[in-house]
Amino acid sequence: MLKTAESEPLVDIHNVCRRFTKGSGNDLVVLEDVDLRIAPGEIVGLLGRSGSGKSTLLRIIAGLLDPSSGEAKCRGEVIKGPPHGVAMVFQSFALFPWLTVLENVEFGLEARGVERAERRTRALAAIDLIGLDGYESAYPKELSGGMRQRVGFARALVVHPDLLLMDEPFSALDVLTAETLRTDLIDLWIEGRLPIKSVLMVTHNIEEAVLMCDRILVFSSNPGRVAAEIKVDLSHPRNRLDPTFRQLVDSIYARMTQRPEPRAATSEGIHGTGVGMVLNHVSPNVLAGLIEELADAPYSGRADLPVLADSLQLEADDLFHLGEALQLLRFAVLTEGDVMLTDAGKRFASLDTDARKRLFAEHLVTHVPIFGLVRRVLDERPSHAAPAARFRQELEDYMSEEQADDTLKTIVSWGRYAELFAYDEAAELFSLENPH
Amino acid sequence: MAKQNTSPLAVGRAILPNVWDVAAVALIIGGLVLLVYGGEQTNLPLTALDTSPVTLDPWRLPEYALRTVMRMLLAIVFSLVFTVTYATLAAKSRRAEIVLIPILDILQSVPILGFLTFTVVFFMGLFPGRVFGAELAAVFAIFTSQAWNMAFSFYQSLRNVPRDLEEACESFHLSGWQRFWRLDVPFAMPGLVWNMMMSMSGGWFFVVASEAITVGDTTVTLPGVGAYVALAIKEQNLAAVAYALITMLAVIILYDQFLVRPIVAWADKFRFEQTASVSVPESWLLDLFRQTNALRALTRSVRRGLSALTEIRIPLPNLAPRFRGDGRLAPVIDAVWIVLVLAGTVYAAWQTIAYLHTTLTLADAGHAVLLALATLARVVVLMILATLIWVPVGVWIGLRPKLAEKVQPLAQFLAAFPANIAFPAFVVLIVRYGLNANIWLSPLMILGTQWYILFNVIAGATAFPSDLREAAQSFHVTGWHWWRDVILPGIFPYYVTGAITASGGSWNAAIVAEVASWGDTKLTATGIGAYIAQATEAGDFQRVVLGVAVMCILVTLFNRLFWRPLYAYGERHFRLG
Repeated sequence: MLKTAESEPLVDIHNVCRRFTKGSGNDLVVLEDVDLRIAPGEIVGLLGRSGSGKSTLLRIIAGLLDPSSGEAKCRGEVIKGPPHGVAMVFQSFALFPWLTVLENVEFGLEARGVERAERRTRALAAIDLIGLDGYESAYPKELSGGMRQRVGFARALVVHPDLLLMDEPFSALDVLTAETLRTDLIDLWIEGRLPIKSVLMVTHNIEEAVLMCDRILVFSSNPGRVAAEIKVDLSHPRNRLDPTFRQLVDSIYARMTQRPEPRAATSEGIHGTGVGMVLNHVSPNVLAGLIEELADAPYSGRADLPVLADSLQLEADDLFHLGEALQLLRFAVLTEGDVMLTDAGKRFASLDTDARKRLFAEHLVTHVPIFGLVRRVLDERPSHAAPAARFRQELEDYMSEEQADDTLKTIVSWGRYAELFAYDEAAELFSLENPH
Repeated sequence: MAKQNTSPLAVGRAILPNVWDVAAVALIIGGLVLLVYGGEQTNLPLTALDTSPVTLDPWRLPEYALRTVMRMLLAIVFSLVFTVTYATLAAKSRRAEIVLIPILDILQSVPILGFLTFTVVFFMGLFPGRVFGAELAAVFAIFTSQAWNMAFSFYQSLRNVPRDLEEACESFHLSGWQRFWRLDVPFAMPGLVWNMMMSMSGGWFFVVASEAITVGDTTVTLPGVGAYVALAIKEQNLAAVAYALITMLAVIILYDQFLVRPIVAWADKFRFEQTASVSVPESWLLDLFRQTNALRALTRSVRRGLSALTEIRIPLPNLAPRFRGDGRLAPVIDAVWIVLVLAGTVYAAWQTIAYLHTTLTLADAGHAVLLALATLARVVVLMILATLIWVPVGVWIGLRPKLAEKVQPLAQFLAAFPANIAFPAFVVLIVRYGLNANIWLSPLMILGTQWYILFNVIAGATAFPSDLREAAQSFHVTGWHWWRDVILPGIFPYYVTGAITASGGSWNAAIVAEVASWGDTKLTATGIGAYIAQATEAGDFQRVVLGVAVMCILVTLFNRLFWRPLYAYGERHFRLG
């Protein structure tokens, strides 16, 4: 199992960038100057927030996307289209609902022209290995999520790939199912029963990365790049309660909440700045709930993120979104893996609904530039109304269409809560009028 | 049932006609002109038509029915072949798409019976003096009633294949051919089967209409139920009409049991869903087959062979590079292509105008437009009447699940039943009581198509969530308030789907409904349908082209400016869940 650094890398990524060309001329950089080598015998994790480009990198290695610049090689050859010897497990399972379990597993072999009899033998072996015995003739829709992902694994393993790519393979599963599948997989790995050399997995779950990987690459967002590389030297099977394990998790939390620039308090926020800031949609009611939770005991204004994530049953990624929204609104700050309420945040917790809305509105207009802009445009126009397209266009100068959609949704939702303006969904029109 | 119902008119594309629609209209009509022109050149007398004459002997009816069914089957096979090639090309090639999709879109608004004139002439010209040509013309007429919505559904499915499955195919190195059979076709199957079912049920109308047709001095009578009815009308034999009605009834039931149902039940496994559904379509025939051993063993080698065929690694260009990122496709070739298309459009338009100009003046065009407006008025009035009657009835039935279960198949059956077989019964009444043909011929237009409204409304009312009904009940919402705020919004999208089909069908029916005869008595209503029918009979091709073109443009505008926005509105505001 132990590998030497000298052995030829399975994957060699050098200086890879990925840009999306936008109509306005300024490209959207998703991935910037990424280097990655994967040696035989290791499990490598790509850890990062959504939108940090980790999935893009995985797809470049899978040959599903081409890099805009830089070099991506698999076993010494430049990747052009899906390389042989690489198989992928999908977040959404990507099973064919009209094929049985057995047919789904045979799928990849069939494409290679493997003979019928051999196909059957190998598929049955993979099904046996992954614990799907007895389900051969079932259709995917008859299976639970966990069993479906097992089919996904069997389908990838049956082609005996050198490198197994996993795109958030457990994130669509419930907690218990995901845990079972993870440990089963790790058991097979350490027993050397998996017909693969290395694994590359994408995840946003910090504990999952620490539990499974030998090496973790932490990605930062906008543009996506490798912020840190962390070696995990713990031996398998790993214990989540082990103090070293906890320490590692805590330190990764801290690293992921680190602000990109040191000019903390004055910086405009997290993604981009000014009007072009990407706003991830979080409900104002959830924000209010979180502020209350933080203000009360046992946290009394300051909480450790992993602890909070655990007690609120939230994924780290979701909690980050919430924390960052609070930070953007100056209701809280994120430092060293902790979230801490500001004075405004504490005041918010003590107010009644109407006063909260007023405070929220005040913070929106002062601290989130796009709200200032919307308000200004509505005030200036004689009709006191403006189509959403007016702002969408401006947003799309800075971000992808999807991000612009999400940002617009956030503007509407926060603006409505703060009673800053009205929005007519059908006409896609912002206005100052409220229905009488 | 109506779940898979992708209404062909509401494909989520732009509402207002764009330049491609205009181009498509011009291309289609231009193409027709060329067909006719070619037909006229080879217009040989058909004295040698060696069909044994159709007789009214009821014992010949099974044989006639069989021949009618064969035409249907042949047409559906052609439709499938067309669907798979045309839609695939449109979905996989951006340049082809620019041309093919607007053409398809217009074609489904074209009055199919208007085609008949051209196709009969064309096919008879291809095989002068042989029954074969006439048979082909009939099959082609049925084909034109079936193919467009199937192709549209297939195209849309191909464009909406889930991204993760596309990636799975790519990363497991499937060739273009393998991918087509492993992913594209299965994914498109439920929509295709549903549309095929709708097409077949619509097809009966056209098979009946196309079996006995007179173009100029050419009369084609193909042995079949339709020809039998035509003869019965000529000989004023009401009993024979009744026999034909009963035969058709039996034929449709058998067709449903032996073909449609097994296919629908079989296609259920392709439904793209992650959870097992509650109600699964059933077919005793399919169950029977699935339980037999010998039969299955016999077909096993066939199935093996077929699946081996799909596994061949034909190195088709991998047709899924859409999402690989590079959006820059040779703009020069694009420009050349668009110029070519536009040039073709202009040429077709010029051809059409030149052809029509030889005998027709602008006044003729104005006349045709006025007639078309008369037909439009009829369609609108009838749709309103049908809505006022069938929406309350449909809601009443739909909210009673036990009753709905029994009525729904009946409504679907009535929609499939070729109403033109029943026309004589109404014409007899009009003749006997001397009623005004302009008014009383009109209901015939909607006789066969109103059922689409009924069964869609029933489906909508059945699917209406019971919690919302209970909420309305507990707040004592009744009367008009209940209709306005509770049930009408709930069934709206379903109603629109049904109404679009009904309205399109009515336009088509106008060509056979605005002119009717019983024996030597001829009834004519003022309208574009009668105009086309009379021009057809007189062999006046210029007028047929003009009539079809006017009708086609009006129907397209009606769909674009009224139905499509209405459908979009319903989808946006009233789609539950």
